[in-house]
Amino acid sequence: MTPRPTRIATTRPWLAWLVVALGALLLIAPFYFTFVFATRPRTEIYSSPPPLWFGLSARSNLALLLERLPYLRNLGMSLYVAAMTTALNLLLCSLAGYAFAVYEFRGKKALFALVLGSMMLPAFLNMIPSFMVLDFLGWLDQPRGLYAPAAASALGIFMMRQYIASAIPRDLIDAARMDGCGEFRVFRSIVLPLLGPALGTLGLITFITSWNNFVAPLVVMHSVENYTVPLALRSMQVPNNTEWGALMMGSAIAMLPLLIAYFFSARRLVAGLTSGAVKS
Amino acid sequence: MDTTTTTAITATAAAAKRRPLKARDLAPYLFVSPFFLLFAIFGLFPLLFSIWLSVHEWDPAEGLQAMHFVGLENFRFILTDPWFHRAVGNTAWFALATALPQHLVALPLAAFIHEKIRRGRDLVVGAYFVPYITSSVAIALIFTTLLSRDYGAVNALLVELTRVPLLGSFMPGHPIDWLGDAHYAKPTVAFVVFWRYLGWNTVLYLSALQAISPDLNEAATLDGAGAVRRFLYVTVPLLRPMIYFAVTLSIIGSLQLFEEPFILVDIEQGVSQSVMTLAIFMYRLAFGEGDFGAASAVSWLVFLMIVVLTWLNARLFGREGRGE
Repeated sequence: MTPRPTRIATTRPWLAWLVVALGALLLIAPFYFTFVFATRPRTEIYSSPPPLWFGLSARSNLALLLERLPYLRNLGMSLYVAAMTTALNLLLCSLAGYAFAVYEFRGKKALFALVLGSMMLPAFLNMIPSFMVLDFLGWLDQPRGLYAPAAASALGIFMMRQYIASAIPRDLIDAARMDGCGEFRVFRSIVLPLLGPALGTLGLITFITSWNNFVAPLVVMHSVENYTVPLALRSMQVPNNTEWGALMMGSAIAMLPLLIAYFFSARRLVAGLTSGAVKS
Repeated sequence: MDTTTTTAITATAAAAKRRPLKARDLAPYLFVSPFFLLFAIFGLFPLLFSIWLSVHEWDPAEGLQAMHFVGLENFRFILTDPWFHRAVGNTAWFALATALPQHLVALPLAAFIHEKIRRGRDLVVGAYFVPYITSSVAIALIFTTLLSRDYGAVNALLVELTRVPLLGSFMPGHPIDWLGDAHYAKPTVAFVVFWRYLGWNTVLYLSALQAISPDLNEAATLDGAGAVRRFLYVTVPLLRPMIYFAVTLSIIGSLQLFEEPFILVDIEQGVSQSVMTLAIFMYRLAFGEGDFGAASAVSWLVFLMIVVLTWLNARLFGREGRGE
């Protein structure tokens, strides 16, 4: 869409920019401070005025962090759970989305309505009973207790269905079938390779959600070695004696990969996250 | 339904009569089955089970045999518990104090960005969205530091401002214990929630604005309507379906508010009472006191409130406002 300049838009664009940019700065200032404090010892963080620029204690903060927490293990756990959740979602959501987009079958409408309806259920309602199910299965304090319940998201199925319906030509699928491809083969060899952009967005959303998740690990994980990063960081916060520099270092390490990934894909990610809202 | 799908249906229906069941008929069921299997185990069954739980008294330490049917006793117990009343009050307060400002700021902000920012819009929008994709723990930790009573950056800034003439007299003379003082803890937590979800709502409204034709706004401009009038009489009415949707999300989210108050305010401190939401109340009942039955009763009461409030919201907006 080419912008049609209205009278107002052309008068003082720099002023509008300034207002909005100031707001954005206020919004991201706390993140800046996280990184600054990660390079400062506790005594400097709590001095007046507080430090506004990076210090020299990144290394000692890191050492302290690794001394207080099995942080590498926690990072590994977060990474493992997020990677498994993402891989499972990419496979299961694209399969289900493909079925809803391409096939005609009995009960399709009702089943799809059920998928959408499941998005409306408050997650919180499920906290206690799903804890009991995991307990019954013996999956508490285990990574599968985190990734299995989250392995196929309704939003993911919805996103993939929308994408496949609009981006995959039906003729292509029919042609593959004529060539004697089995149903799963058509999906795996013809459709899946064409889903790149949608899979990228869904993968990123799933990974970020899993990486940041707090409530599920809080209920499922019980031993410090199995804590995911958010849980581990929180456990390091003790009344009166928190090592803030080390804690901020841990927080910065947890945030950095996501911020980098976000920087390169912000536009697509924002569009993907709001797609459910915009299209409904 | 478009013509291609209709022909597809008739084609499949006709084909089904002619030939025996084939891979092609079973494939879609197979493809969607993992989702429904997982949903049955981790979604539907737990949901039904929690109804069962809510009418039983049960101590998880004693195993499933120790479950006693108590009828509506759990609900009676919860509804007469002063802590529950407190949690309802706190949750309602948070819902109003976080959701209302979020939409009142996000709506004009989105309209402003939409109208005035062309170049670098993605950059600005991206920045507003960052809090939404960051872990709530990381956010709570940095705010705890910035808002600490002694030497926190916010208090340090306020002390500096007391030296500014005129403005200084409005500043508090002593450092504020933002998260440790019952008077301040609630608004402070509300602010953090507001800060976190502002970008999300702005992006929702922006995406809706992009779908609206600019003609109406231009016509209003030609008729001499100023920016404020155009916003109130053109933009807001056109955005009603999205406002309805975003407010619905806010209601559902607010009633389940858990992470920010839970992490920001130390649970051991007395002040945590003033930020105890329904979700925290339920969590403590279940995992602190081991009363799973009463906690399930709370979760169903919350669900009921969500249903009633979203229904009221739908009534308030009316059919047209919902975009139907």
